[in-house]
Amino acid sequence: AEALKASPSQYKVDEKLTPEKDVTTYNNFYEFGLGKGDPAANSEKFKPTPWTIKVDGLVGKPKEFGLEELLAMPLEDRVYRMRCVEAWSMVIPWVGFPLAALLDQVEPLGDAKYVAFETIVRPEEMPGQGGYFQSLPWPYVEGLRLDEARHPLTILSVGVYGKTLPNQNGAPIRLVVPWKYGFKGIKSIVKITLTDKQPPSTWNLAAANEYGFYANVNPEVDHPRWSQASENRIGEGGFFGANRRPTLPFNGYAEEVASLYAGMDLRANF
Amino acid sequence: MASLPALPRKYHAASIWLLYAVGLVPAAYGFYLGATGMLPGNPVKEFEHLLGLWALRFLVATLAITPLRDLFGINWIRYRRALGLLAFWYVLMHFLTYMVLDQYLNFAAILTDIAKRPFITIGMAAFVMLIPLALTSNNWSIRRLGPGWVKLHRLVYVIAAAGALHFAMAVKVVALEQMIYLALVALLIAWRPIRPRFNRWKRGNNGRPQFNRA
Repeated sequence: AEALKASPSQYKVDEKLTPEKDVTTYNNFYEFGLGKGDPAANSEKFKPTPWTIKVDGLVGKPKEFGLEELLAMPLEDRVYRMRCVEAWSMVIPWVGFPLAALLDQVEPLGDAKYVAFETIVRPEEMPGQGGYFQSLPWPYVEGLRLDEARHPLTILSVGVYGKTLPNQNGAPIRLVVPWKYGFKGIKSIVKITLTDKQPPSTWNLAAANEYGFYANVNPEVDHPRWSQASENRIGEGGFFGANRRPTLPFNGYAEEVASLYAGMDLRANF
Repeated sequence: MASLPALPRKYHAASIWLLYAVGLVPAAYGFYLGATGMLPGNPVKEFEHLLGLWALRFLVATLAITPLRDLFGINWIRYRRALGLLAFWYVLMHFLTYMVLDQYLNFAAILTDIAKRPFITIGMAAFVMLIPLALTSNNWSIRRLGPGWVKLHRLVYVIAAAGALHFAMAVKVVALEQMIYLALVALLIAWRPIRPRFNRWKRGNNGRPQFNRA
């Protein structure tokens, strides 16, 4: 990992950072295996450079961005809460830039309503994408509404803890949407497409009753398998300490984002 | 049929106590790692999962004793009670870890979990069914209950199936590991209706006198 230069940002959660060791060894990235330690253990063969992201669909100027261009965007330090759908959380210092800055360059057309994302498929470098037992269909896909994608909190991250992203965290570039469950934060992105229809998302395809398109953090709406009312903060409290805390609506970002969902039934649109 | 050299009778009792001691090592070691901050990430969950996994392993081992004897002539029936009780102790520790270390005795949350999450309902049912089996895993109960004891202890098939199902339903994606436990439990249960016929056939082939015909 190389050091990144970034400017400070107003978006800085005033909570204790999750230790770098936990941020980089406790991951869900099924392309490298199902265990939390698998991504760190099985991703050494993955090559995050060279890299390009193709941006197309309902845009005036479709474009392929090279990694150098992406790293040259106005990078900021952002400290966000990260809430996994499995009821654990972290506080992570990301380095990234607003997704809106990239979208501006391709000039979305008037009928573009959604943004679709796609992860790379490289079974020879990503052991979870090969073999007889495939956990999910590849590529991993995700989507946002255009207004969610343009929200200033939504970033494309190229680094964590001041350095370029380790492979297990989604190198070289990933999405971070802090008011949504972590699985929305699609990793190792190669394609972004603007569309007029709600795009598919991998976990919703796998189990539509468990994972909705919106996936906004919501302590009121339980996952069928676990309560979302509280969460375990990773790297704090250890074995006996009180590290279970109440989960906040929109993961604590309600003030910034609740208006995006005004008038919507958040139980139906989970 | 070839068989292992028999353990001299005078070591039988000691070997059973050794099994109890060795069987509790994973729990003790896991607790030590957790308590000293050496379990990474989410230590409580790691410990909880370790206990659940070993409970399932001991259930599978308990069910494997009979087919081992039928198929390979290995008679480890003297260890079956210890294996079954180890499974019970691990399930109990698994539940206590969830209740105390994970949920901090938040009984409202625990009861909601048991009532609303099918995988927890099933796991809890298996735990409840294990209690009478553990309480009657002694010679006195066997004498006292007579044929009823055998009937009662057939619950272990339901418990093992529930345990494997609980494991498979607890994960987001059913992977090879969960499928292996489901398959093992299914095979071990499926052996039961097959075994009377198999044993008759085996006796016929060997031309041995038919002792202990049930």
